[in-house]
Amino acid sequence: MTTTADTLLWVVIPYVCLAFFVLGHAWRYRYDKFGWTTRSSQLYERRLLRWASPLFHFGILAVFLGHVMGLGIPKAWTEAVGMSEELYHVLAVSIGAVAGFSTVVGLVLLIYRRRTVGPVFRATTRMDKVMYLVLAVVIFLGMWNTVAGSVLNLGGHYDYRDGVSVWFRGIFRFDLHPELMADAPLGFQLHGMAAMLLFALWPFTRLVHVFSAPVGYLWRPYVVYRSRSDRLGARQARPGWERVERKEPSRR
Amino acid sequence: MKVMAQMAMVMNLDKCIGCHTCSVTCKQAWTNRTGTEYVWFNNVETRPGQGYPRTYEDQDKWEGGWTLNKKGRLQLKAGGRLKNLLTIFASPKQPSIDEYYEPWTYDYENLTNAPLQDHVPVARPKSLLTGKDMQVGWSANWDDDLGGAPELTVHDPVLKKVSDKVKLEFEQTFMFYLPRICEHCLNPSCAASCPSGAIYKRAEDGIVLVDQDACRGWRKCVTGCPYKKVYFNHKTGKAEKCTFCFPRIEVGLPTVCSETCVGRLRYIGLVLYDADKVLAAASVTDEKDLLDAQRGVFLDPDDPQVQREAEAAGIPHDWVQAAQRSPIWALISTYEVALPLHPEYRTMPMVWYIPPLSPVVDVVQETGVDSEDASNLFAAIDTLRIPVEYLAELFAAGETAPVTAVLKRLAAMRSYMRDLNMGRPGNPRIPESVGMDEATMYEMFRLLALAKYDERYVVPAAHAEQAHGLEELATECSLDYDGGPGMGGSGPFGEGSGGNDPIAVENFHMLKQRQTTDTVAEPESRKARVNLLNWDGKSAPAGMFPPRPGPDGANLREPEGDDSAALVQPLPAGGSVPGPAGTGTEPVARTDEDPTTGGRP
Repeated sequence: MTTTADTLLWVVIPYVCLAFFVLGHAWRYRYDKFGWTTRSSQLYERRLLRWASPLFHFGILAVFLGHVMGLGIPKAWTEAVGMSEELYHVLAVSIGAVAGFSTVVGLVLLIYRRRTVGPVFRATTRMDKVMYLVLAVVIFLGMWNTVAGSVLNLGGHYDYRDGVSVWFRGIFRFDLHPELMADAPLGFQLHGMAAMLLFALWPFTRLVHVFSAPVGYLWRPYVVYRSRSDRLGARQARPGWERVERKEPSRR
Repeated sequence: MKVMAQMAMVMNLDKCIGCHTCSVTCKQAWTNRTGTEYVWFNNVETRPGQGYPRTYEDQDKWEGGWTLNKKGRLQLKAGGRLKNLLTIFASPKQPSIDEYYEPWTYDYENLTNAPLQDHVPVARPKSLLTGKDMQVGWSANWDDDLGGAPELTVHDPVLKKVSDKVKLEFEQTFMFYLPRICEHCLNPSCAASCPSGAIYKRAEDGIVLVDQDACRGWRKCVTGCPYKKVYFNHKTGKAEKCTFCFPRIEVGLPTVCSETCVGRLRYIGLVLYDADKVLAAASVTDEKDLLDAQRGVFLDPDDPQVQREAEAAGIPHDWVQAAQRSPIWALISTYEVALPLHPEYRTMPMVWYIPPLSPVVDVVQETGVDSEDASNLFAAIDTLRIPVEYLAELFAAGETAPVTAVLKRLAAMRSYMRDLNMGRPGNPRIPESVGMDEATMYEMFRLLALAKYDERYVVPAAHAEQAHGLEELATECSLDYDGGPGMGGSGPFGEGSGGNDPIAVENFHMLKQRQTTDTVAEPESRKARVNLLNWDGKSAPAGMFPPRPGPDGANLREPEGDDSAALVQPLPAGGSVPGPAGTGTEPVARTDEDPTTGGRP
């Protein structure tokens, strides 16, 4: 039975947040390429960063892959290749625990560094602080779900692959079943809602650097040449006044 | 053969007096912003010395530049592409701010605002990173003029390579200055290290630039550059580097550092080179062959075949003519007196140096012998292990022969010209002994000693048909860009976010901010500092003088921030009316011949 509140929480809000996510990125890329950066603070401090940053980043990459696996791949597929429920569970919890642990340790160290190292703290914008808060909430709730739900089995067993995952895949098919989320344990609900909030904030924070992951570096020629003539200066054309016969801007 | 043109520079180190004018004018033109306080596109180092950042030449430690891998192929010294990407989260070999220095300002306000007291009020140093009081313990030129030499100079990585004996003899001291800018390499390792592909080499003139819209702040270029001439702007999170003053070069003006050089020791011109040969030349097995390999890449602009190929490659005819008149080509290939800085980094640097003869002359002079006599100087060059070995480590990968050859040419010229200046006939045997004829030697003397502005700087302007597309030409109103002139603050995502401002507009607003604020260092706010270097004498920046009591005794303290803009007439940089280019960075006309009038009202 779907109530209005459920629809609002698990249909309307997710789509609004994801709309912010998509349109926000398009807008930011259009108007703020110059601000599109990692805003690295390594220049100020490198001893703590040396450990914290790789721990966090490699951890969060593994966590992301874990979510692709858990949310993106239907249960039927893993069973079709002969992976039993137990095996999946053991794999997910063990790998997930390691990845989650390094993410959490990295994040705690990074936040500690950001607060205690003077120049780093001064270079922290208000948006950074909001982002850190939401990101930390999402990660800790996710960690809680893994530890409390899957390891300690608090509040009984919940197979998110029959609930949350199905709901999540529905987003992309425009076929949402809010009752699946409404029936999920509170931990999962909070984690999902916090994640949606993070997605809405994403384009307006430094997290945009995720989308500039420089994978193309592996294939491009070492030295890039650009010709002056196919570049029309640092000045962007005003909207509506772009040159029509513009060539391809670069040979990156 | 693929002919390409490269804008290059040669510096004559014998003429450098270490006045740092180039550094200061460069800083005023390019890096006088928050986030770039520690950034010196141009700096002048005392050698022997640690350099800037400290010990940057120690590539075992910093892993800049290129190296040959086991297969003998050229590879970044910091590692292959995959390793480069995997270390992206914490760049292991990047110098931290300690290797540069913590930028600071002084609490000047206290000098005028302190209450009446027994002691003279002091202006405390305030960190521009933390905003707190700090102890100044290091800066860009802490070891200037061998200051603190016994403790500091021993860490010079170049000196460490020279043997122990030389170290002891060094106690008898020699020194010279080494002005450095970005080398605008033919094989730039910064560009090769950039994961985003934001650093590019301009196909027309070879200037290496950072695309500020494409840079994502991965800061790999800082590690990649062995000269440590790419800097990380810690406010905007983007890499910045020497631009070879491209807005000036494009209109045929020399760079700011050259224009303002007191000793007139810099030369700018084009060289033509064969782009197809660069990789092979950079991959030569023996480091000592790198110098010759790099010389072999350059093409003779007087060779008709090269001219045909240049035309086919789309290089304009007047550029080929400029390459023929280029002082760089003459100094590198005709007279062979210029050498590259650290060819062993395999980046094929394009700022070359004429090594200084003065340390040798000084030694000869101290012994009481005639230091202008060719045979005395030749003997000294041959026997003196210092500083020749030291110079060889800088300019020839440790091989002394090329350095000796250059020094002998310079010594021969000195000796030969002495005769002429004394009214005696020239001795043809002196030029012969260094493989030159009298006319060539005299021409070399002319270029090194007498050359006027237009001979030292042969800069062909970019072509008019491209003018509208060039960066700073005033073919449209300089305020006429997206977002309009109302900028000057920070965007919502940190400083500098929200679009790239034209350099002219940015400078205009920064000057205005400096002239109209009087608060102590506040890195967060851009209206931060009273910068007297930029004061043009026409208006009084708020905070420079104590507030005057008004007629009714009221304290007419200027309001802070933007309100005070109304009280002070802002002027463009240098106090000059913006020229046609309107960058605010170009000097008044060509001030070279009469520097005293530059920028005065």
